[in-house]
Amino acid sequence: MTKRQNRMILVALLVMGVSLAGYLGLKAFNENLLYFFSPTDVTEGKAPKGKSFRLGGMVAKNSVKRDGIKVMFDVTDYANTFRVNYSGILPDLFKEGQGIITTGSLIDGIFMATEVLAKHDENYMPPEVADALEKAKNKQ
Amino acid sequence: MWKWIQAFASPKNFYQISQKIIPWFLVPFIVLALVGLYWGLIVAPVDYQQGESYRIMFIHVPAAWMSMFVYLVLAISGGIGLIWQIKLAYVVAKVSAPIGAAFTFLALVTGAVWGKPMWGTWWVWDARLTSELILLFLYLAYMSLNNAFDNPKTASKASSVLAIVGLVNLPIIHYSVNWWNTLHQGASVSVNKVAIQDSDMLIALLLMGMAFKFLYGALMLMRARDEVLVTEQNSSWVKKVIMEHK
Repeated sequence: MTKRQNRMILVALLVMGVSLAGYLGLKAFNENLLYFFSPTDVTEGKAPKGKSFRLGGMVAKNSVKRDGIKVMFDVTDYANTFRVNYSGILPDLFKEGQGIITTGSLIDGIFMATEVLAKHDENYMPPEVADALEKAKNKQ
Repeated sequence: MWKWIQAFASPKNFYQISQKIIPWFLVPFIVLALVGLYWGLIVAPVDYQQGESYRIMFIHVPAAWMSMFVYLVLAISGGIGLIWQIKLAYVVAKVSAPIGAAFTFLALVTGAVWGKPMWGTWWVWDARLTSELILLFLYLAYMSLNNAFDNPKTASKASSVLAIVGLVNLPIIHYSVNWWNTLHQGASVSVNKVAIQDSDMLIALLLMGMAFKFLYGALMLMRARDEVLVTEQNSSWVKKVIMEHK
Protein backbone atom coordinates (compact mmCIF):
# COMPACT_ATOMS: atom_id res chain seq x y z
CA MET A 1 0.00 0.00 0.00
CA THR A 2 1.40 3.36 -0.96
CA LYS A 3 1.55 6.30 1.43
CA ARG A 4 -1.09 8.11 -0.58
CA GLN A 5 -3.54 5.21 -0.25
CA ASN A 6 -2.82 5.19 3.47
CA ARG A 7 -3.77 8.83 3.76
CA MET A 8 -6.86 8.25 1.63
CA ILE A 9 -8.03 5.57 4.06
CA LEU A 10 -7.30 7.82 7.03
CA VAL A 11 -9.40 10.65 5.57
CA ALA A 12 -12.21 8.21 4.73
CA LEU A 13 -12.12 6.82 8.27
CA LEU A 14 -12.24 10.36 9.64
CA VAL A 15 -15.35 11.18 7.58
CA MET A 16 -17.05 7.91 8.58
CA GLY A 17 -16.18 8.29 12.25
CA VAL A 18 -17.47 11.85 12.42
CA SER A 19 -20.67 10.90 10.57
CA LEU A 20 -21.31 8.07 13.00
CA ALA A 21 -20.63 10.31 16.01
CA GLY A 22 -22.91 12.97 14.55
CA TYR A 23 -25.67 10.45 13.91
CA LEU A 24 -25.51 9.02 17.43
CA GLY A 25 -25.34 12.48 18.98
CA LEU A 26 -28.37 13.70 17.09
CA LYS A 27 -30.28 10.53 17.92
CA ALA A 28 -29.59 11.08 21.61
CA PHE A 29 -30.63 14.72 21.54
CA ASN A 30 -33.52 14.30 19.14
CA GLU A 31 -36.21 15.32 21.64
CA ASN A 32 -34.36 18.47 22.70
CA LEU A 33 -34.00 19.65 19.12
CA LEU A 34 -37.75 19.98 18.63
CA TYR A 35 -38.51 23.66 18.66
CA PHE A 36 -42.19 23.24 19.53
CA PHE A 37 -44.85 20.68 20.42
CA SER A 38 -48.04 20.20 18.43
CA PRO A 39 -51.42 20.10 20.24
CA THR A 40 -51.42 16.31 19.71
CA ASP A 41 -47.97 16.02 21.36
CA VAL A 42 -49.32 17.95 24.34
CA THR A 43 -52.45 15.79 24.57
CA GLU A 44 -50.25 12.69 24.53
CA GLY A 45 -48.26 14.15 27.43
CA LYS A 46 -45.01 14.67 25.50
CA ALA A 47 -44.70 18.32 26.52
CA PRO A 48 -43.07 19.17 29.87
CA LYS A 49 -45.63 19.56 32.63
CA GLY A 50 -45.64 22.55 34.98
CA LYS A 51 -42.93 24.18 32.89
CA SER A 52 -42.87 26.67 30.06
CA PHE A 53 -42.80 25.16 26.56
CA ARG A 54 -43.62 26.10 22.98
CA LEU A 55 -46.89 25.13 21.32
CA GLY A 56 -47.11 25.25 17.53
CA GLY A 57 -50.07 24.91 15.19
CA MET A 58 -52.64 26.77 13.13
CA VAL A 59 -54.83 29.56 14.48
CA ALA A 60 -58.32 28.01 14.21
CA LYS A 61 -60.85 29.75 11.97
CA ASN A 62 -63.37 32.02 13.75
CA SER A 63 -61.63 31.59 17.10
CA VAL A 64 -59.82 34.93 17.54
CA LYS A 65 -61.45 37.19 20.16
CA ARG A 66 -59.80 40.51 20.96
CA ASP A 67 -60.34 42.67 24.01
CA GLY A 68 -57.99 45.61 23.89
CA ILE A 69 -54.46 44.22 24.05
CA LYS A 70 -55.76 40.86 25.28
CA VAL A 71 -56.41 38.22 22.66
CA MET A 72 -57.86 34.72 22.85
CA PHE A 73 -57.64 32.13 20.10
CA ASP A 74 -57.49 28.39 19.47
CA VAL A 75 -54.34 26.64 18.23
CA THR A 76 -55.08 23.45 16.35
CA ASP A 77 -53.35 20.73 14.35
CA TYR A 78 -56.79 19.58 13.12
CA ALA A 79 -56.69 16.64 15.54
CA ASN A 80 -56.43 18.45 18.88
CA THR A 81 -57.02 22.06 19.89
CA PHE A 82 -55.88 24.30 22.74
CA ARG A 83 -57.27 27.65 23.82
CA VAL A 84 -54.53 30.33 24.06
CA ASN A 85 -54.66 33.50 26.17
CA TYR A 86 -52.18 36.24 25.30
CA SER A 87 -51.71 39.92 25.91
CA GLY A 88 -49.10 41.75 23.89
CA ILE A 89 -48.10 42.61 20.37
CA LEU A 90 -48.85 40.06 17.66
CA PRO A 91 -46.65 39.70 14.55
CA ASP A 92 -48.02 41.17 11.32
CA LEU A 93 -48.58 37.74 9.81
CA PHE A 94 -50.88 36.68 12.67
CA LYS A 95 -54.34 35.82 11.37
CA GLU A 96 -56.83 32.95 11.38
CA GLY A 97 -55.47 29.99 9.44
CA GLN A 98 -51.85 31.13 9.99
CA GLY A 99 -49.23 28.88 11.54
CA ILE A 100 -47.91 30.19 14.83
CA ILE A 101 -45.52 29.16 17.60
CA THR A 102 -46.31 30.38 21.09
CA THR A 103 -44.31 30.17 24.33
CA GLY A 104 -46.09 29.75 27.65
CA SER A 105 -47.46 27.15 29.99
CA LEU A 106 -50.63 25.15 30.32
CA ILE A 107 -52.76 26.20 33.29
CA ASP A 108 -56.09 24.41 33.82
CA GLY A 109 -56.22 23.41 30.16
CA ILE A 110 -55.67 26.95 28.88
CA PHE A 111 -52.31 27.92 27.36
CA MET A 112 -51.15 31.17 28.97
CA ALA A 113 -48.80 32.62 26.35
CA THR A 114 -45.91 35.01 26.94
CA GLU A 115 -44.86 35.22 23.28
CA VAL A 116 -46.52 34.57 19.92
CA LEU A 117 -44.41 34.13 16.75
CA ALA A 118 -45.77 33.66 13.23
CA LYS A 119 -44.55 30.72 11.17
CA HIS A 120 -44.97 30.96 7.43
CA ASP A 121 -44.55 28.21 4.88
CA GLU A 122 -42.09 27.91 2.00
CA ASN A 123 -44.65 28.85 -0.70
CA TYR A 124 -44.26 32.12 -2.52
CA MET A 125 -46.82 33.38 -5.06
CA PRO A 126 -48.53 36.58 -6.15
CA PRO A 127 -51.86 37.39 -4.38
CA GLU A 128 -53.87 36.68 -7.55
CA VAL A 129 -52.52 33.15 -7.75
CA ALA A 130 -53.27 32.61 -4.06
CA ASP A 131 -56.85 33.84 -4.62
CA ALA A 132 -57.28 31.55 -7.63
CA LEU A 133 -55.98 28.56 -5.66
CA GLU A 134 -58.31 29.39 -2.78
CA LYS A 135 -61.32 29.61 -5.13
CA ALA A 136 -60.42 26.32 -6.81
CA LYS A 137 -60.15 24.69 -3.39
CA ASN A 138 -63.55 26.02 -2.29
CA LYS A 139 -65.24 24.72 -5.46
CA GLN A 140 -64.26 21.13 -4.78
CA MET B 1 -1.67 12.09 -16.42
CA TRP B 2 -0.69 12.46 -12.76
CA LYS B 3 2.37 14.51 -13.60
CA TRP B 4 0.29 16.66 -15.91
CA ILE B 5 -2.20 17.51 -13.12
CA GLN B 6 0.63 18.35 -10.75
CA ALA B 7 2.23 20.62 -13.32
CA PHE B 8 -1.10 22.30 -13.98
CA ALA B 9 -1.71 22.83 -10.28
CA SER B 10 1.74 24.24 -9.69
CA PRO B 11 1.63 27.65 -8.01
CA LYS B 12 3.50 29.29 -10.90
CA ASN B 13 1.10 28.01 -13.54
CA PHE B 14 -1.88 28.91 -11.41
CA TYR B 15 -0.61 32.45 -10.96
CA GLN B 16 -0.34 32.96 -14.69
CA ILE B 17 -3.58 31.27 -15.71
CA SER B 18 -5.77 32.72 -12.95
CA GLN B 19 -5.13 36.25 -14.14
CA LYS B 20 -6.80 35.38 -17.43
CA ILE B 21 -9.70 33.54 -15.75
CA ILE B 22 -10.72 36.17 -13.17
CA PRO B 23 -12.59 38.46 -15.64
CA TRP B 24 -14.65 35.41 -16.71
CA PHE B 25 -16.03 35.33 -13.16
CA LEU B 26 -16.16 39.04 -12.43
CA VAL B 27 -18.08 40.14 -15.55
CA PRO B 28 -20.80 37.44 -15.29
CA PHE B 29 -21.19 38.30 -11.60
CA ILE B 30 -21.83 41.97 -12.34
CA VAL B 31 -24.24 41.25 -15.18
CA LEU B 32 -26.15 38.53 -13.29
CA ALA B 33 -26.36 40.59 -10.09
CA LEU B 34 -27.69 43.68 -11.90
CA VAL B 35 -30.26 41.71 -13.91
CA GLY B 36 -31.14 39.58 -10.86
CA LEU B 37 -31.67 42.59 -8.59
CA TYR B 38 -33.79 44.32 -11.24
CA TRP B 39 -35.82 41.14 -11.70
CA GLY B 40 -36.21 40.59 -7.97
CA LEU B 41 -36.95 44.14 -6.87
CA ILE B 42 -38.97 45.43 -9.83
CA VAL B 43 -40.19 42.64 -12.13
CA ALA B 44 -41.22 40.02 -9.55
CA PRO B 45 -44.70 40.51 -8.03
CA VAL B 46 -45.47 40.91 -4.30
CA ASP B 47 -46.02 37.78 -2.23
CA TYR B 48 -49.53 36.80 -1.11
CA GLN B 49 -48.65 36.60 2.58
CA GLN B 50 -45.41 38.54 3.09
CA GLY B 51 -46.03 41.46 0.72
CA GLU B 52 -42.84 43.29 -0.25
CA SER B 53 -40.81 41.93 2.67
CA TYR B 54 -40.12 38.61 0.98
CA ARG B 55 -37.74 40.34 -1.47
CA ILE B 56 -34.87 40.07 1.01
CA MET B 57 -34.97 36.39 0.00
CA PHE B 58 -33.01 37.31 -3.15
CA ILE B 59 -29.98 38.03 -0.96
CA HIS B 60 -30.69 35.74 1.99
CA VAL B 61 -31.18 32.48 0.09
CA PRO B 62 -28.15 32.80 -2.26
CA ALA B 63 -25.99 33.79 0.73
CA ALA B 64 -27.18 30.74 2.67
CA TRP B 65 -26.56 28.47 -0.36
CA MET B 66 -23.05 29.86 -0.70
CA SER B 67 -22.32 29.50 3.02
CA MET B 68 -22.73 25.74 2.58
CA PHE B 69 -21.18 25.50 -0.89
CA VAL B 70 -17.99 27.28 0.19
CA TYR B 71 -17.70 25.00 3.22
CA LEU B 72 -17.93 22.01 0.89
CA VAL B 73 -15.09 23.50 -1.18
CA LEU B 74 -13.13 24.05 2.03
CA ALA B 75 -13.48 20.44 3.16
CA ILE B 76 -12.91 18.89 -0.27
CA SER B 77 -9.80 20.95 -1.01
CA GLY B 78 -8.59 20.21 2.51
CA GLY B 79 -9.05 16.50 1.79
CA ILE B 80 -7.26 16.80 -1.56
CA GLY B 81 -4.43 18.60 0.22
CA LEU B 82 -4.16 15.87 2.85
CA ILE B 83 -4.26 12.94 0.42
CA TRP B 84 -2.43 14.19 -2.67
CA GLN B 85 -0.40 16.92 -0.95
CA ILE B 86 -1.17 19.54 -3.57
CA LYS B 87 -0.16 22.93 -2.23
CA LEU B 88 -2.71 24.73 -4.33
CA ALA B 89 -5.55 22.83 -2.66
CA TYR B 90 -4.49 24.18 0.74
CA VAL B 91 -4.31 27.66 -0.75
CA VAL B 92 -7.88 27.35 -2.11
CA ALA B 93 -9.12 26.17 1.29
CA LYS B 94 -7.32 28.88 3.21
CA VAL B 95 -8.51 31.79 1.08
CA SER B 96 -12.07 30.43 0.83
CA ALA B 97 -12.66 30.42 4.59
CA PRO B 98 -13.12 34.20 5.13
CA ILE B 99 -15.33 34.39 2.02
CA GLY B 100 -17.50 31.55 3.32
CA ALA B 101 -17.66 33.16 6.75
CA ALA B 102 -18.79 36.41 5.13
CA PHE B 103 -21.58 34.60 3.23
CA THR B 104 -22.66 32.86 6.44
CA PHE B 105 -22.69 36.15 8.32
CA LEU B 106 -24.72 37.75 5.52
CA ALA B 107 -27.24 34.89 5.62
CA LEU B 108 -27.61 35.21 9.41
CA VAL B 109 -27.99 39.00 9.35
CA THR B 110 -30.46 39.13 6.46
CA GLY B 111 -32.37 36.29 8.15
CA ALA B 112 -32.63 38.28 11.38
CA VAL B 113 -33.76 41.41 9.52
CA TRP B 114 -36.36 39.29 7.71
CA GLY B 115 -37.44 37.42 10.84
CA LYS B 116 -38.27 40.48 12.91
CA PRO B 117 -41.18 41.77 10.78
CA MET B 118 -42.45 38.35 9.63
CA TRP B 119 -42.01 36.00 12.59
CA GLY B 120 -41.91 38.68 15.27
CA THR B 121 -38.37 37.94 16.46
CA TRP B 122 -34.78 38.56 15.37
CA TRP B 123 -33.52 35.20 16.56
CA VAL B 124 -34.73 31.86 17.89
CA TRP B 125 -32.70 28.82 18.87
CA ASP B 126 -34.39 26.46 16.44
CA ALA B 127 -32.42 23.75 14.65
CA ARG B 128 -31.95 25.66 11.35
CA LEU B 129 -30.77 28.94 12.84
CA THR B 130 -28.55 27.27 15.41
CA SER B 131 -26.85 24.93 12.92
CA GLU B 132 -26.17 27.89 10.58
CA LEU B 133 -24.60 29.77 13.51
CA ILE B 134 -22.43 26.71 14.21
CA LEU B 135 -21.31 26.89 10.56
CA LEU B 136 -20.09 30.46 11.18
CA PHE B 137 -18.19 29.23 14.25
CA LEU B 138 -16.65 26.41 12.18
CA TYR B 139 -15.33 28.95 9.66
CA LEU B 140 -13.92 31.08 12.49
CA ALA B 141 -12.35 28.03 14.15
CA TYR B 142 -10.82 26.97 10.82
CA MET B 143 -9.33 30.44 10.32
CA SER B 144 -7.89 30.68 13.82
CA LEU B 145 -6.46 27.15 13.71
CA ASN B 146 -4.86 27.93 10.36
CA ASN B 147 -3.14 30.94 11.93
CA ALA B 148 -2.18 29.21 15.17
CA PHE B 149 0.92 27.38 13.90
CA ASP B 150 4.31 28.73 12.95
CA ASN B 151 4.81 25.95 10.45
CA PRO B 152 2.43 26.52 7.49
CA LYS B 153 2.44 22.79 6.65
CA THR B 154 1.23 21.81 10.11
CA ALA B 155 -1.35 24.61 10.00
CA SER B 156 -2.74 23.39 6.66
CA LYS B 157 -2.96 19.79 7.84
CA ALA B 158 -4.59 20.56 11.19
CA SER B 159 -7.14 22.97 9.77
CA SER B 160 -7.99 20.57 6.94
CA VAL B 161 -8.82 17.86 9.47
CA LEU B 162 -11.06 20.37 11.27
CA ALA B 163 -12.78 21.28 7.98
CA ILE B 164 -13.50 17.60 7.27
CA VAL B 165 -14.84 17.04 10.79
CA GLY B 166 -17.17 20.03 10.38
CA LEU B 167 -18.58 18.53 7.19
CA VAL B 168 -21.10 16.66 9.35
CA ASN B 169 -22.87 20.00 9.96
CA LEU B 170 -23.86 20.47 6.29
CA PRO B 171 -26.55 17.76 6.10
CA ILE B 172 -27.77 18.90 9.52
CA ILE B 173 -28.30 22.44 8.24
CA HIS B 174 -29.96 21.22 5.06
CA TYR B 175 -32.33 18.69 6.64
CA SER B 176 -32.92 20.53 9.96
CA VAL B 177 -36.24 21.87 8.71
CA ASN B 178 -37.42 18.36 7.76
CA TRP B 179 -36.06 16.39 10.72
CA TRP B 180 -37.33 18.65 13.49
CA ASN B 181 -40.05 21.21 14.17
CA THR B 182 -38.51 24.58 13.44
CA LEU B 183 -39.70 28.17 13.17
CA HIS B 184 -37.81 28.43 9.89
CA GLN B 185 -39.86 27.23 6.94
CA GLY B 186 -38.86 24.32 4.71
CA ALA B 187 -36.82 24.63 1.52
CA SER B 188 -38.53 26.55 -1.28
CA VAL B 189 -36.22 25.21 -3.98
CA SER B 190 -34.94 21.64 -3.83
CA VAL B 191 -34.20 18.84 -6.27
CA ASN B 192 -37.69 17.35 -6.29
CA LYS B 193 -39.87 20.34 -5.43
CA VAL B 194 -40.14 24.04 -6.21
CA ALA B 195 -42.54 25.90 -3.92
CA ILE B 196 -42.11 29.26 -5.66
CA GLN B 197 -45.19 29.40 -7.83
CA ASP B 198 -44.26 32.42 -9.89
CA SER B 199 -41.73 32.27 -12.70
CA ASP B 200 -40.47 35.85 -12.18
CA MET B 201 -39.75 35.20 -8.49
CA LEU B 202 -37.96 31.97 -9.38
CA ILE B 203 -35.92 33.52 -12.21
CA ALA B 204 -34.79 36.36 -9.93
CA LEU B 205 -33.73 33.89 -7.23
CA LEU B 206 -31.81 31.67 -9.65
CA LEU B 207 -30.09 34.69 -11.27
CA MET B 208 -28.96 35.89 -7.85
CA GLY B 209 -27.87 32.37 -6.92
CA MET B 210 -25.66 32.21 -10.03
CA ALA B 211 -24.35 35.75 -9.43
CA PHE B 212 -23.16 34.73 -5.95
CA LYS B 213 -21.41 31.66 -7.36
CA PHE B 214 -19.44 33.81 -9.82
CA LEU B 215 -18.69 36.34 -7.08
CA TYR B 216 -17.18 33.56 -4.98
CA GLY B 217 -15.14 32.32 -7.94
CA ALA B 218 -13.73 35.79 -8.59
CA LEU B 219 -12.97 36.57 -4.94
CA MET B 220 -11.40 33.16 -4.35
CA LEU B 221 -9.09 33.43 -7.39
CA MET B 222 -8.07 36.99 -6.50
CA ARG B 223 -7.22 36.02 -2.92
CA ALA B 224 -5.52 32.78 -4.02
CA ARG B 225 -3.18 34.74 -6.33
CA ASP B 226 -2.04 36.86 -3.40
CA GLU B 227 -1.69 33.84 -1.14
CA VAL B 228 0.41 31.96 -3.73
CA LEU B 229 2.87 34.86 -3.83
CA VAL B 230 3.21 34.69 -0.05
CA THR B 231 3.63 30.91 0.22
CA GLU B 232 6.08 30.80 -2.73
CA GLN B 233 7.98 33.92 -1.74
CA ASN B 234 11.34 32.14 -1.81
CA SER B 235 11.01 30.74 -5.32
CA SER B 236 12.67 32.37 -8.29
CA TRP B 237 9.51 33.01 -10.31
CA VAL B 238 7.95 35.08 -7.49
CA LYS B 239 11.11 37.15 -7.29
CA LYS B 240 10.83 37.70 -11.03
CA VAL B 241 7.18 38.79 -10.71
CA ILE B 242 8.12 41.24 -8.00
CA MET B 243 11.04 42.65 -9.98
CA GLU B 244 8.72 43.21 -12.95
CA HIS B 245 6.37 45.27 -10.79
CA LYS B 246 9.02 47.44 -9.22
